[in-house]
Amino acid sequence: MDANWMKLEFPSESVNVQFARTTVAIFASQLDFTLEEIEEIKVAVSEAVSNSVIHGYSASHGNVIMKVKYTPTQFTVSVEDFGRGISDIVQAQESGYTTIPEERMGIGLYFIQEYMDEVSLHSEVGKGTKIVMVKTVKPIQG
Amino acid sequence: MYCSEIVGQALVITLEGEFDLHTAPPFKEHIDTQLHGKPEIINLIFIMSKLTFIDSSGLGVILGRYRIIQERGGQLIFAAPSPQVKRILELSGMQKISKFSNSAREALELI
Repeated sequence: MDANWMKLEFPSESVNVQFARTTVAIFASQLDFTLEEIEEIKVAVSEAVSNSVIHGYSASHGNVIMKVKYTPTQFTVSVEDFGRGISDIVQAQESGYTTIPEERMGIGLYFIQEYMDEVSLHSEVGKGTKIVMVKTVKPIQG
Repeated sequence: MYCSEIVGQALVITLEGEFDLHTAPPFKEHIDTQLHGKPEIINLIFIMSKLTFIDSSGLGVILGRYRIIQERGGQLIFAAPSPQVKRILELSGMQKISKFSNSAREALELI
């Protein structure tokens, strides 16, 4: 199949972090990704969904919408929440920065940037956050 | 899933399966319970051969526990991580504060 997509909506419960990354990994296996690339996608999805659960909704609850699509050249995952948003988006992307230093390492976005080829983060305070992560689909060798 | 045992001055923790935002809190509690009131435990050894996935939530728990044993002058050792797990440990900067070993026995020899 040259192109495909799927959409998933689920409540911001921590148990759904594994569900989200496993579902995306199964969807990604329709393409010729290496096992290492699938693992990288899993980490990126895990971090993005965890951010929505911890930072987007914090103690409150809401829904997370995940959209996944691919073309022959790109595999794209977007994770969107409708939580409190990020006030300083530049600071949020600094490796080691976290609003919860006693619990978190502040490296989730760094992992996403390392493991995916293109990342864009959009956020509005009080409205929510959306992260779009793209992995390039490499042509089959030989 | 995890299980642990005390070997000399080390707490040896065997990890199995996936560690993320959902599974990290009970894991944290388990290690803290083991370390609490036992100042003689100064080293942490994580046996990782059956660990299939870890992200920053799981790594955050390990880093937090490292801070406890660092105050006690101990060491952090990761035994037998898969290539994927080893890569994320290196990416997180953990290799700067820890040692890697190929097996639990080798880890115990390192301390």
